[in-house]
Amino acid sequence: MLTAAEWEALRLSLAVAVRSVLMSLPLAIAVAWLLVRARFAGRTVLDAFVHLPLVLPPVVVGYVLLLLFGVRGPAGAWLNAQFGVRLAFTTAGAALATAVMGFPLMVRAIRLALEAVNPGLEEAARTLGAGPLDRFCTVTLPLMAPGILAGAVTAFAAGLGEFGAVITFVGNIPGETRTLPLALYTALQTPDGDALAARLALLSFGLGALGLLAAEFLARRLRARLSR
Amino acid sequence: MIDADLSVVRGDFRLEARFSAPTPGVIALFGASGAGKSTLVNAIAGLTPVASGHVRIDATTWRDARTDVPAERRRIGYVFQDARLFPHLGVLGNLAYGERRAPAAGRFVARAEVVALLGLTDLLARGVQQLSGGERQRVALGRALLSQPRLLLLDEPLAALDVARREEVLPYLERLRDRYAIPMLYVSHQYEEVLRLATHVVLLAAGRVIGTGTPAAISLDPRLRRHIAPEAVGAVLDVEVTEGAAASGLVTVALGAERLRLVARGVAAGARLRVQVLARDVILATEAPRALSVRNLLHGTLAALEEDGPDHVLASVEVGGARLLARITREARSELGLEPGRAVWALVKAASFQGHAFLHGAPHAQPVRP
Repeated sequence: MLTAAEWEALRLSLAVAVRSVLMSLPLAIAVAWLLVRARFAGRTVLDAFVHLPLVLPPVVVGYVLLLLFGVRGPAGAWLNAQFGVRLAFTTAGAALATAVMGFPLMVRAIRLALEAVNPGLEEAARTLGAGPLDRFCTVTLPLMAPGILAGAVTAFAAGLGEFGAVITFVGNIPGETRTLPLALYTALQTPDGDALAARLALLSFGLGALGLLAAEFLARRLRARLSR
Repeated sequence: MIDADLSVVRGDFRLEARFSAPTPGVIALFGASGAGKSTLVNAIAGLTPVASGHVRIDATTWRDARTDVPAERRRIGYVFQDARLFPHLGVLGNLAYGERRAPAAGRFVARAEVVALLGLTDLLARGVQQLSGGERQRVALGRALLSQPRLLLLDEPLAALDVARREEVLPYLERLRDRYAIPMLYVSHQYEEVLRLATHVVLLAAGRVIGTGTPAAISLDPRLRRHIAPEAVGAVLDVEVTEGAAASGLVTVALGAERLRLVARGVAAGARLRVQVLARDVILATEAPRALSVRNLLHGTLAALEEDGPDHVLASVEVGGARLLARITREARSELGLEPGRAVWALVKAASFQGHAFLHGAPHAQPVRP
């Protein structure tokens, strides 16, 4: 049904989106917590910084990543020297670019969920003998779960279609960074690529619809569990 | 003994509270809203930062100049006004939450007993959302008890409930008080709750402790009883029933040589009762009246008279070593020539004790100690 190249693009899109979500989720929870619960001087600055990818052109984000994490960039060189991790022109790099672009969406959803958690419940847990980490894991986190799920799903769905930041940072390498939107773009650039482009567009559409349905199903299950 | 001297500053509000009270027992923190009751309780719990001062309970110091034990290590059972049950855990999960975190050594509250005592058997399998307000508070009580607390803090646990629900929960609180010798701090602005539950009262006004004492002592203190609603003025007596309820439903309580009789169904001899003799329910006579339906004709001496608003005076009558208060009009006072030292009869209807007599411990009850 699908050609090898199509499978490859589909597989890469999913891999990049999944890795980007896994990469950013812990940090997004930590940042959301800082923004909602912590009182410190740079809170507004952090808030603005987190939202930057929403307002910047994705190409700019990709360019900044290239400067920082490129082979000669400070972070890129350090990662390569210390751990042998190379981000430029790799799938991991595509995941990083996607994670950065999806980060504000994720933080927003998790933040809303955390704001809805009654701090009184954490106080109650405290009087019952639960220390800070204990009550975060046993009270705050479970109550935030629907929001975390919503944030992860939104970031995942958006990540399937990330284009500008990916192509700028890690290029358009078949089997490495050529995800569905990049493959679609390539097809459009090729003479006689129209049919392929249409197939890829249809595939993207199906994937998106499937993702949304699955998210809705999961959210329902979770809500039902929480309001037993 | 609980001993607290705390100063808390929150914006414009300043709490400077200092009191000590005997333990175990139920210590009521009573005062108008805004007096600082909840702030004081939160400071004792360690949930509110304290500017200076100390809190000690029995031999343990929770806070002083050198120590500040975090709330999660104070082992406090806190029952909040809004229950604060964990919505994701269900009734059983809530009960187990504090129990699981309590140290294994020195457990004195057993799950099965709490479930039976608070009538939770049918609720165990339920989710928290399916509980009524009264049931929620009972589960919250159970959850706090099972954390094996050194001190139980109850911050207006009935305030969010309507009258019927309140009556549903109060007997459980009484049972709990009589079953466990856990010191309790009970915050309330309903004096009836205080009379039903408390062994000791701390009166708060505008962030300061204005007096402490037993409900009986406070009822007779002219300075302190002003802070209780005027319609609730009346002597409070802690007494032991000498003769249990007869077929008539009347029990007898000895006041020296005099006998006070009142309606209290199902109360046996030896039971401890707290009765409130409302000042407006007491009639004074200078001659022994005859052929009256009134069950109590108590002979005593007028001990003191004090002003009580523009129309009334409040007469203290000594009866068999106890004091009763009677609110009488100025006109009656001058007509009868009532002066301190005069022999009088105090008339009190046995029926006037309906809702004003509270059982404080059945005979021979042996509470469980921490």
